[in-house]
Amino acid sequence: MEELQTIQNTAFDEIDKTTSLLSLDDVRVQYLGKKGVISAQMKTLGAMPADDRPVAGARINRVRDAVTIALDEKRKQLEAAVELSSLEREAIDVTAPGRKSHVAGLHPVTRTLDRLNRLFSSLGYEVATGPEIEDDWHNFEALNIPSHHPARAMHDTFYFQDGRVLRTHTSPVQIRTMMTQEPPIRILAPGRVYRCDHDLTHTPMFHQIEGLVVDRDISFADLKGTIVTFLNRFFEADLEVRFRPSYFPFTEPSAEVDVQCVMCKGAGCRVCSNTGWLEVMGCGMVHPKVFEHTGMDTSVFTGFAFGMGVERLAMLRYGVGDLRLFFENDLQFLNQFHG
Amino acid sequence: MKISISWLRSLCPTDISVDETISRLTMAGLEVDGMEPASTDFHGIVVGEILAVSPHPKADKLHVCNVDDGSQTVQIVCGAANVRVGLKVPLAKVGGQVASGVEIKQSEIRGIESNGMLCGADELGLSSEQTGLMELPEDLSAGTDFADTLGLPDTIIEVDLTPNRGDCLSVTGLARELSVLTETVFREVLILPVASETDTQVHVTLSAKSGCPSYVGRVIHGVDVSRPTPLWMSERLRRSGIRSIDAVVDITNYVMLELGQPMHAFDLLQLKGGIEVRFSRVGESIRLLDGKELILSDDVLVIADQERALALAGIMGGEFSGISEETTSVFLESAYFNPLTIAGKARRFGLHTDASARFERGVDWRLSEHACERATRLMLDICGGKPGPVVVTQDEESLPAVTEVILTERRISQQLRITLAPERVHNILSSLGFGVERIEKGYRCVVPSWRFDISIEQDLIEELARIYGYNNLPTSLPAQALSMASVPEAITRVSRLKSYLVDQGIQEAITYSFVDPAVQKILGDGHPGVSLANPIASNMSEMRRSLLPGLVEAVRYNVNRQASSIRLFETGQCFVECNGGLDQSERLGIALYGQSTALHFSGSRGIDFFDLKGFIDELSMMNGGVSLQWEPGAHPSMAPGQTACIRKGGLVLGVVGRLHPRLSRELDLPKPLYLADLALSSLTEGQVTAFKEISRYPRVNRDLAILVSEAVEWQAVLDVIIEVGDRRIGEVELFDIYRGPGVADGYKSLALSIKIQDLEATLEDVAVQVLVDEVVSRLQSRLGAELRS
Ligand SMILES: [Zn+2]
Repeated sequence: MEELQTIQNTAFDEIDKTTSLLSLDDVRVQYLGKKGVISAQMKTLGAMPADDRPVAGARINRVRDAVTIALDEKRKQLEAAVELSSLEREAIDVTAPGRKSHVAGLHPVTRTLDRLNRLFSSLGYEVATGPEIEDDWHNFEALNIPSHHPARAMHDTFYFQDGRVLRTHTSPVQIRTMMTQEPPIRILAPGRVYRCDHDLTHTPMFHQIEGLVVDRDISFADLKGTIVTFLNRFFEADLEVRFRPSYFPFTEPSAEVDVQCVMCKGAGCRVCSNTGWLEVMGCGMVHPKVFEHTGMDTSVFTGFAFGMGVERLAMLRYGVGDLRLFFENDLQFLNQFHG
Repeated sequence: MKISISWLRSLCPTDISVDETISRLTMAGLEVDGMEPASTDFHGIVVGEILAVSPHPKADKLHVCNVDDGSQTVQIVCGAANVRVGLKVPLAKVGGQVASGVEIKQSEIRGIESNGMLCGADELGLSSEQTGLMELPEDLSAGTDFADTLGLPDTIIEVDLTPNRGDCLSVTGLARELSVLTETVFREVLILPVASETDTQVHVTLSAKSGCPSYVGRVIHGVDVSRPTPLWMSERLRRSGIRSIDAVVDITNYVMLELGQPMHAFDLLQLKGGIEVRFSRVGESIRLLDGKELILSDDVLVIADQERALALAGIMGGEFSGISEETTSVFLESAYFNPLTIAGKARRFGLHTDASARFERGVDWRLSEHACERATRLMLDICGGKPGPVVVTQDEESLPAVTEVILTERRISQQLRITLAPERVHNILSSLGFGVERIEKGYRCVVPSWRFDISIEQDLIEELARIYGYNNLPTSLPAQALSMASVPEAITRVSRLKSYLVDQGIQEAITYSFVDPAVQKILGDGHPGVSLANPIASNMSEMRRSLLPGLVEAVRYNVNRQASSIRLFETGQCFVECNGGLDQSERLGIALYGQSTALHFSGSRGIDFFDLKGFIDELSMMNGGVSLQWEPGAHPSMAPGQTACIRKGGLVLGVVGRLHPRLSRELDLPKPLYLADLALSSLTEGQVTAFKEISRYPRVNRDLAILVSEAVEWQAVLDVIIEVGDRRIGEVELFDIYRGPGVADGYKSLALSIKIQDLEATLEDVAVQVLVDEVVSRLQSRLGAELRS
């Protein structure tokens, strides 16, 4: 019996000392194999008296089970150590850069237009578009700017040989919409417009967005409310807004809209020429002549329209100081408007 | 228009500050966009009287003067040529300061003591020209403060008027507005008729009655043109930005600024026979005051005598009939010209004059006679002379009609959402010069003859709103019935396509719609674009036919700025003439240059055709869209063999390929540039998903390697497999193309993977093998393909 105890102790010792899975297997064969030490003990049972056999057999089995458990535990330990060491070898620098696509984004003009669309679509405005090469009638005549009109001089127009023009504003889209759609009309007309002017603060092409609302009983108060709400939402700030009488041939009354300078909050700075105000858009009530040209019943419907330069809004929103950057397509500029 | 505050206040004696004046005008639609002091900061200047002049003993050009400064006589050395005894001049006393900021000190000039400085107008910042000492009126007494004499300090404001407000191109017009805005009395210039002293008159014939329905003329004999313009007048002119010429011209300019009536003065002796106001004759020429010679067509209104055209009516006078030093008799013109006749003419000849600016916008047709009397009075006071009778030649029928507009209370409340008391409406409109008569539920308003911008009720609404104050009017949001927008699912939004491209690392660009014709020629399809008649520059003169010229330029711009990877796209209208019409539809352009993915330590590679193809296929498949057909294509600017023509259904969508290496070299692009130019609308055609039953049975992947001749395109292999027409065949993918050992020259090995799946049963190995054999045998018979073991 002492012999069995010694076998178990020796086995535990050897298992303990083992450092690799391979030698552990040798230990397993040595004790549990068919020719192993424990199997040899089993064989001695045959020589015992029959009455002693069950007790002796149970003892041997207990030793075998204990050794088996010790072997399993040791194997798990060794396997874990092997995995750990292999993981150590596979260790990476987690601070090294990840695989990325190139930096890209929408052009700030598109980004701004998208925001404008979302703001106005929440009020039920739908986007309308039109051609950029326009005829004189849609760009001027229908908008109450006959050929002799001094306002034509304010639009430095690009012409084609056949008399067509590059649209000077997106207002022709108003005309196209009113000629095909019945009120209530609530549209937003974004797009490229062109003026024959090129200097520090003018590019010959820029973007405009125009809004038009035609319905029964639309008032100047509605126009004011729409604009004030819009400007506060766009700049995400409570800014003072003021309306100044102005003149556009296609609206009456007409107004220029100034917003409190977003840079200095009205204190006066370079951006607002120290006035504290920024001129951001023009607007007014649709001129009855425009309604007449489009066959709209002026006794029933009234409406308002507003228009603004998209680059101007983007410049103020993002603090861009130079208009020309918008069309140079320098990636150092464009990449700042990521995603 | 520039005007000084002091002049404005002389007609509208308000005591509000300059800032407040500017604000009131601006907020009433008369935008003041500039303001400056009327003089630079000088002080210590008084009127000095030169009592004695003697030559400087040591310098030829200098004089030693004794000058009375009002309290004592001081000795001053002076170098001006016009120095003389009795002259009154601005004297900067010791301790005083001139415009340049220099302080005057007692000094010694070449040995002679000098206690002050006699000033020219330029030295006081009152003129940009050096014309010697400023000669002051004799009636000023020595010692008087010079700034006081000139009404300084004063402020000049610049009003940027909208084209509808021609009536405010005068002090009178602005003062009238300011009076209404500040509720101050309006002190109109008092004008009394000047009785005639001679009978001389010039006969006027109106041959173009609609262009000139009213012409007022007057002869003044015995005018002394050499008399100086009085200081008060030349100062007012200066503050309005008008240079003093001679007394006669100054007077006409002064009256124009004061009342708004442009006038012209002819030298009577140069007039041959009577005046005729007529349209020009084709080929007729005229030499203008500024020396410019014009050849006219038949639609320019001119003032002519019996021999020739003397002046462009309402724009500019002619060279031969103007006032000169010899002039002794003047013929004054004060006319009304129809804005429609004048409009655009000045611009046609590249002219922009104070007169044309006013006549184009409309000058009060009732003002002519008044202005003539005013000018006569000033002329007699300044230059002397004997006036003839005022001769008014008019065609009543062609004169502008008096406009009446009905204003209803309903319109006021509907548009402005306010209720105005009748007295208030009456007050506002009548102070602006309207005749106002109360009628039932409204007003009958007679438009003043100086307002050319009022013809309908809305115009009056604006007048009320303007004076009431736009910012005092109520604010609301439109009451609108809720309506639900339609959301067409089969249309892929362009913003979705853009988001996809941005997420692939492709940056949106916006380039000009007009391009360099030379660039369009080498990057285009061989056809020229539509040309602008008046381009801003020759390299911006042609409308783009595709997005390629702009994108390639943008790539170059960034390559020149050391960018190594450039991935750009743009969407926008392109302009293509076809079948006598003009197609202006939107296109999508993509340009890829440099690395396929951003540089990474694990490795990266250069961009190639299949990067671009992948993006485009995915765009097309988006939102249930159908796949595109790619065929070998040709394009003048793209590399042969690396160019594809893309179709969708039967329609050509565009072209994709590599920029021809020859052009890459010409454009200084060291790496290959891949370009796509596509019709955008076809890419937005998706479809609403129609669900297809999914299989519950396992899927089998079979890989095949086949040998085909180089000439066999992948698309042909795909077509053959599709032709087998077995619904169990799913996706077919090409995962390797191999050329080299084991593959004969002129052949390539294609490794493909076929997904096979049955909807109703688990596929037996035998069934799969039968299907694969069928595919292989088809490939064999149709394409000569061989199965590689
Ligand atoms: Zn500011």
